[in-house]
Amino acid sequence: MTLKATKGQRVLRFMANNTVPILFLIICAFGIPLSGYSANYLISEIIVRLVRNSFLIVSLLIPILAGMGLNFGMTLGAMAGQVGLIFISDWGIVGIPGMVLAMVISTPISMLLGWWCGKILNMAKGREMVTSYIIGFFMNGIYQLVVLYGMGPVIPIRNKALVLPRGYGIRNTVNLIGIRKALDNLIAVRIGTVPIPVATFVLIALLCLFVLWFKKTKLGQDMRAVGQDMEVARAAGIPVEHTRIVSIIISTVFAGYGMIIYLQNIGTLNTYNSHMQIGMFSVAALLVGGATVAKANIRNVFLGVILFHLMFIVSPMAGKNLIGQAQLGEYFRVFVSYGVITISLVLYEMRKKREQALAGLTLAAAQEVEA
Amino acid sequence: MNGAAALALGRRFVRSFGLPRIIIALFLLSLFILAPIAGVNVGTSLSDTLNRFGMNAIMVLAMVPMIHSGCGLNFGLPLGIIAGLLGATISLQVNIPGPTSFYLAILFCTPFALILGWGYGELLNRVKGGEMMIATYVGFSSVAFMCIMWLLLPFSNPTMVWGFSGTGLRTTISVEGYYLHALNNLLAIRLTPHLVIPTGMLLFFAFFAFIIWAFLHTKTGTAMTAVGSNPIFARASGINVDRIRTLSVVMSTWLGAVGILVYQQSFGFIQLYMGPFYMALPAVSAILIGGASVNKASILNVIVGTFLFQGIVTMTPSVMNSMIHTDMSEVIRIVVSNGMILYALTRKTEAVR
Repeated sequence: MTLKATKGQRVLRFMANNTVPILFLIICAFGIPLSGYSANYLISEIIVRLVRNSFLIVSLLIPILAGMGLNFGMTLGAMAGQVGLIFISDWGIVGIPGMVLAMVISTPISMLLGWWCGKILNMAKGREMVTSYIIGFFMNGIYQLVVLYGMGPVIPIRNKALVLPRGYGIRNTVNLIGIRKALDNLIAVRIGTVPIPVATFVLIALLCLFVLWFKKTKLGQDMRAVGQDMEVARAAGIPVEHTRIVSIIISTVFAGYGMIIYLQNIGTLNTYNSHMQIGMFSVAALLVGGATVAKANIRNVFLGVILFHLMFIVSPMAGKNLIGQAQLGEYFRVFVSYGVITISLVLYEMRKKREQALAGLTLAAAQEVEA
Repeated sequence: MNGAAALALGRRFVRSFGLPRIIIALFLLSLFILAPIAGVNVGTSLSDTLNRFGMNAIMVLAMVPMIHSGCGLNFGLPLGIIAGLLGATISLQVNIPGPTSFYLAILFCTPFALILGWGYGELLNRVKGGEMMIATYVGFSSVAFMCIMWLLLPFSNPTMVWGFSGTGLRTTISVEGYYLHALNNLLAIRLTPHLVIPTGMLLFFAFFAFIIWAFLHTKTGTAMTAVGSNPIFARASGINVDRIRTLSVVMSTWLGAVGILVYQQSFGFIQLYMGPFYMALPAVSAILIGGASVNKASILNVIVGTFLFQGIVTMTPSVMNSMIHTDMSEVIRIVVSNGMILYALTRKTEAVR
């Protein structure tokens, strides 16, 4: 007895495996004409979003490789990046040197936070995602303690424009005028009316190449092994805990760099809010691109950014034209972002169960033949 | 010798009660001791703490059934809250003034809680092992979905809808004239001008706590505990695991719905739109502070945890403000509550599937 899929089953499986991207294609197909935006506008917006978000989302790939699911703890890296940006704004270092210095400052902080996060996730095997999610909240408390109370009295801040009127703590918004679009405008090319920030794309491409190369290294292969089965990997002599911690450290450091790139494009830092949403949006975008909790690649990143942000751009306007309320479209896109994560998580868990059942059936069939 | 025995006893006490709990209890105790020195009225603080205890306790109680049946911490509490909000808004729409509207709201929220809870339970049965993360996002997406609904649903009571357009519910709706302090004023005892005991609200909680306690000792309740501690064993002894789990989720959802109504009657406002978004986290951390773990919880955990958590939330702003003239209470609340959840998630628990 063999369990072979028929053609109809295969089509169904393709649909089931790509439910989320297909759903999004449909939403966008309805939304774009409704919004009435021109193709030119949409393309330039999408390019801006690609520049902003790709680096952050690529940082999620490595923990998925190591079987630790979606790293909601990437907010830790985002916080480290923001601390770096606060320092360079205080010291008044502008342009590319400022960005590089911010990255240099963020690196040790990210490494420390990532190491700590990895340690905790090793204590919570099997529920890494919810734990990393709570770690994000917890560190937000510590971040507020440092930035809102520590900066000024403990950590010297000279620039009065950064500090709250009461004398300590950083203001709610920090103007990043010094590094605003520093990287984007380094090599700016225009195709038609659409500006293309080549330097940022080169950096993103380098990161993608790094991830591809990394998967082939000894460490990358170890991570894949750990991700597939921790016990087997341990038996094969791979230091499981260590490997998992390294994957989180790499992810956190890249998230920090990603946050700096993201904020140089936006130009202002919402000191107490910017990092909180970034985890959710990055995860949602990656899942929209067809990634799952267990499997993600670079194609998912770019497809995800394009589809997710297309929905994000068109939905307020579409809501306004359809029902007369832009607010409705805004709530709709929030709902869709959360809904997508929910659906992907549910589908992943159900698929895992189904695969286990299928493996059981195959095993039973094999044993029947033997007997 | 005696010292060693005392040390051993102390260590056993620490182990049974848990170090973080002791630190939090000592912290709260020191706040109460510091309060008179800082010039904060202890009577007011105590009555505030009791009041907030009553407001939140039923939402914390809503954690118990799901923890018992092994569904983990109910991060999907916002779903229950949504049912409660639907009950509240419909009750205001029916427009019967006075405390009656409170009981009407409970009546109206029940069918929503049962239906939503049933669907939520069925969903969680399909994702065993990954409940907590999915519960979180079920809560989030339902809140976001209801944001759209609050704009579109055909409510018309002028106290609820936006004045200028006449449609779409306001972000906060006052329950004054309806069920404001429906339970707070019930049998309230005024000991001193500052110290008021909201007897009615506390009795209301005690009633629900007793029902849950009694339920957990019935045959179905025992089955629920069995499902939570060992699902395979439970199935072998003839228990329908999925049905029991769904029942527990329905109970949790309904308790969440009633919990938010109790919260509103004391707080005075119905908070719609993104209001319920993060409401699960305080309830989750309260029960964990009370000594519950991811798969074990009792009514005592609810009472101790809610009192400690709400005590800290009430006391830190007033005491801290008058001591060092800085309001760090928000940061302390974030660190304590999420730290507690992290602590519970990282404990080794026996029923890991």
